[in-house]
Amino acid sequence: MIYNYRAVISVTLLNSLRKYAGGGTIIKNPSTPLRGVLLGIFLALFSGGCTPNDPYRASEAGANTFYSTFFEPPKHLDPARAYSSEEYDFLAQIYEPPLQYHYLNRPYELIPTTIEEVPSPLYYDKNGKRLAHDSAPGKVARAVYEIKVRKGVLYQDHPAFAKGPDGSALYMNLSPTDLKGIDGVSGFKVKGTRELKSDDYILEIMRLADPEIESPVLPIFEKYILGLKEYSEALRRDLDGIRKERRAKAGVSYNQEADEKENPVVLDYQKHRLPGVERVDEHTFRIILKTKYPQFVYWLAMPFFSPVPEEARLFYKQGLLAKKNITIDRFPVGTGPYMMETFNPNMEIILSRNPNFHYEEYPLAGEAGDADKGLLKDGGGRLPFADKLVFKLEQEVIPRWNKFLQGYYDNSGITSDSFDQAVSFSSAGEAGLTDAMKEKGITLQTSVRPSIYYTGFNMDDDAIGGYSPEKQKLRQAVSIALDFEEYIEIFNNGRGVPAMSPIPPGIFGHAEGKDGINPYVYEWDPSRKKTVRKSIEYARKLMAEAGYPNGRDKNGRPLVLTFDNPWTGADSTPMINWYIKRMRLLGIQLENRTTDYNRFQEKMLKGNFQIFSWGWNADYPDPENFLFLLIGSNSKVRHQGENVSNYSNPEFDRLFKIMENMDNSPAREKVINEMLAIAQKDSPWVWGHHPVAFGLYHRWMSNVKPNSMANNTMKYLRIDPELRKNSRGEWNTPNLWPIAIIAAVLILGSVPAVISVRKKLGRAKRR
Amino acid sequence: MLTYIIRRVLYAIPIVIGVNLLTAVLFFYVNTPDDMARKILGEKNVTATQVENWKRDHGYNLPVFFNGAEEGAAKISETIFFRKSLPLLWLDFGRSDRNNIDIGGEIKTRMFPSLAISLPIFTFALVLDLFLAMMLAYYRGTYLDVWGVVLAVVLMSVSTLFYIIGGQYLLGKVLKLFPISGFDTGIDSIKFLVLPVVIGVLSSLGVGVRFYRTVFLEEINRDYVRTARAKGLSEGAVLFKHALKNAMIPVLTNVVVSIPFLFYGSLLMERFFAIPGLGSFTIDAIQAQDFAIVRSMVYLGSILYIIGLILTDISYTLVDPRVRFE
Repeated sequence: MIYNYRAVISVTLLNSLRKYAGGGTIIKNPSTPLRGVLLGIFLALFSGGCTPNDPYRASEAGANTFYSTFFEPPKHLDPARAYSSEEYDFLAQIYEPPLQYHYLNRPYELIPTTIEEVPSPLYYDKNGKRLAHDSAPGKVARAVYEIKVRKGVLYQDHPAFAKGPDGSALYMNLSPTDLKGIDGVSGFKVKGTRELKSDDYILEIMRLADPEIESPVLPIFEKYILGLKEYSEALRRDLDGIRKERRAKAGVSYNQEADEKENPVVLDYQKHRLPGVERVDEHTFRIILKTKYPQFVYWLAMPFFSPVPEEARLFYKQGLLAKKNITIDRFPVGTGPYMMETFNPNMEIILSRNPNFHYEEYPLAGEAGDADKGLLKDGGGRLPFADKLVFKLEQEVIPRWNKFLQGYYDNSGITSDSFDQAVSFSSAGEAGLTDAMKEKGITLQTSVRPSIYYTGFNMDDDAIGGYSPEKQKLRQAVSIALDFEEYIEIFNNGRGVPAMSPIPPGIFGHAEGKDGINPYVYEWDPSRKKTVRKSIEYARKLMAEAGYPNGRDKNGRPLVLTFDNPWTGADSTPMINWYIKRMRLLGIQLENRTTDYNRFQEKMLKGNFQIFSWGWNADYPDPENFLFLLIGSNSKVRHQGENVSNYSNPEFDRLFKIMENMDNSPAREKVINEMLAIAQKDSPWVWGHHPVAFGLYHRWMSNVKPNSMANNTMKYLRIDPELRKNSRGEWNTPNLWPIAIIAAVLILGSVPAVISVRKKLGRAKRR
Repeated sequence: MLTYIIRRVLYAIPIVIGVNLLTAVLFFYVNTPDDMARKILGEKNVTATQVENWKRDHGYNLPVFFNGAEEGAAKISETIFFRKSLPLLWLDFGRSDRNNIDIGGEIKTRMFPSLAISLPIFTFALVLDLFLAMMLAYYRGTYLDVWGVVLAVVLMSVSTLFYIIGGQYLLGKVLKLFPISGFDTGIDSIKFLVLPVVIGVLSSLGVGVRFYRTVFLEEINRDYVRTARAKGLSEGAVLFKHALKNAMIPVLTNVVVSIPFLFYGSLLMERFFAIPGLGSFTIDAIQAQDFAIVRSMVYLGSILYIIGLILTDISYTLVDPRVRFE
């Protein structure tokens, strides 16, 4: 009996190993199971042409699948809640907000996704009279965006749309029996779809106000969308009322969390009126803002405005599904090119092609040079190109990098550990690939990210803050001393662009070369046609003019400043030492005050700091999204905004009001330049650097062009599965000779022991 | 035995409450509910109203241990500690603060991948440790024993991280025999498990062999072993039948208490081999300031520890009839 059992196991194992090795199921009745197992393992590991280190199933070989990784599991996939790039990597392939960024064109251009055209706002005054497009913001009482949804756009197949024979929703009153063996939406047998409607966009805007969803952008849109604040407060009151009622009914033992897990609260969105959204017809709706806000169109390209069907909202509000962790936060319902096939955030996330995806083409034209790079070869081709997107969780860089080199991941970033292995710099300072990478046909893509990492001063601080010429000079001197060219070289392997202002390259208002220079920190070298940092001697002169010759005040006491940061990692020490060393050049004693993230945030909120380190990543490609970090009404201490320096310059604020409502034009550029000149002179920040992203792609990938604003770019990628399969085979032939050597050493090493045992046993027997 | 178990369970109650109390004290000393709210709501655009709403919705708007504003028993019951700890008694772990997932369901899902590597490592390592330790004890004083001990000391001196990175490099990258990392279900998981299991067994070998060798050496010099030899039993029978059985008490002390923790997984192994287990669940929760998961995992850990100790006591009676429940 035991023998038979073992035989069965070995048949199974052997057959599965054979399958894995690419063969068929051929062994039916092995006479010796052990031999079968060994043969199976041998075949699996060492048969000709096989790659035993292949982490994928044999059936996946040659599939039109894009393989990549993710570093940490996404926390939210609800479009009203998600607000990080890790989440957008998945979300943006599934949901379709009304607008998207053109894949190839630069500067970034908005184009429609599921709507007829990019909406242009109509402005009205407080009497309802239509105003001109360039009306002063103060006159505008309403900005109306009318959005026409394209007809015929379908949602992915989903159980929320499944209908019974009588036309009623099939899965709206689920019982435990219905959910037996179901772990995700793919487990439901019947699925349905329906056409995208304007109601779905309206619902999503209402969801932003739902207190249970905790949308991070609600405070922003409460300022702009008409009546959203009142609507969210009404929903909050409803929620509190329901909870109060349930608590009163259940008595003191009431457990809100447990109760809502069993019986989720379903708020009635229609109970209150939201005047900021109007349904015109089945395919048309309006969003009404209470002020002029030209940047609003950029928000329409973010997942917060993706359509969500009411059927899905109600489907996922069933307690039994929530108990199984089947929620809209994990299983999205979209109209995009892909849909969630497997959601196992601790291992893998698989998106598969949405068969209902509407017709969309690869762009026929791009910016200059795209055709030469082969980026237009697929022009007019139907999207998406890849059938499946597989993302594996890899939290450690070493295995992730090695698997990329083995060809098991199609793309990779470059960490500091692998940088020298991947990238070399030419004598002119140009980044290129090493020979090892070139041999594999790997390509390098670089792009300046629309972000800034800066070192800020607390403008409210007595020592380093203030707006007098002396204080300006003090901060300018520090800005010169903190040599970010050196910083980028040492700590970022050269992956960064020193910043002249808060506006990164690629964003309107950024100027290159002499035009964009920060004259308080840099000089223009006409012979080399490049910017050169001012000397430390000049910085020392500024220090003296600021009242701190050689870093000492009039009483001879050294200037002591504190540097706050949340850099608790061991590898942060060199960075902190660099700051201290650079400040010492001016005679300033910099005291480091590293704290955990919570304490750091608390200090920033209370203004209890002098110098700090911070960063900002753009929400949309407009200078307003960077310059608002310096306006007084956005001060962290006074208004809990994102102006962490608490910088407040009335002239800067005045110009900001003008600039934020202007279209991109020479006039707007002029205003921006004026603002930058003010900020550069005041120097509330050491402008730091804009990071440069380095991405590596294998030779079987095409249509790759970095796009820092778009998140839905996976649909454009094309893979050559055959080339990948061959390359993987070529790169991963196992090496067997070291195994033979190890086995020989073990056998030879154990001979004396065997002889000794035999002798000892012989002696014992004789006794 | 039943009385003994009941007594031990009753003893465990104050321990479990104490552990919970300590967890709450430490957690809220480092992270205030405001900190939690800010961290969980995100780093951009978080307003004071949002923070207050989040605290109210998630039950963190109450005092942590004592509510002076309430009357009578509500002074204790209307607190974060009481409200959050009470459901734990019937193993209702609730929902994660960070992403609202059902913690009990998540534990159930992730414990199996953890077991998939920890169980084979535990089993193979135990068998190999015992066998090699006995061999060294058998060859005590010979060059095999000396070099065996030296090798064991070397093995135990090397960091686990080195074994993992070295093993991935040699067997996965250079020899290309196994996938460097990854996981799958069913029989497809075997190819992913070989490398971590080999590394796991190898990395624990030094400590295990050294410990059990000492245990066996102590046994091997006892009178009954000499008697067994004098009666003409083979050395194998003496060692594996008599000495091993009598050395079981220290072996069980070491082994049984760790069995309930096998499903807890290993942080390093799971991170490097991309195994979707429970290894990083608690650490990730601490980093994300997710008190719901932290308190659940610590509570579960304390219960498992107590179960492990009770099982160890019970197992003593099975291997040594002289041990009684008193």
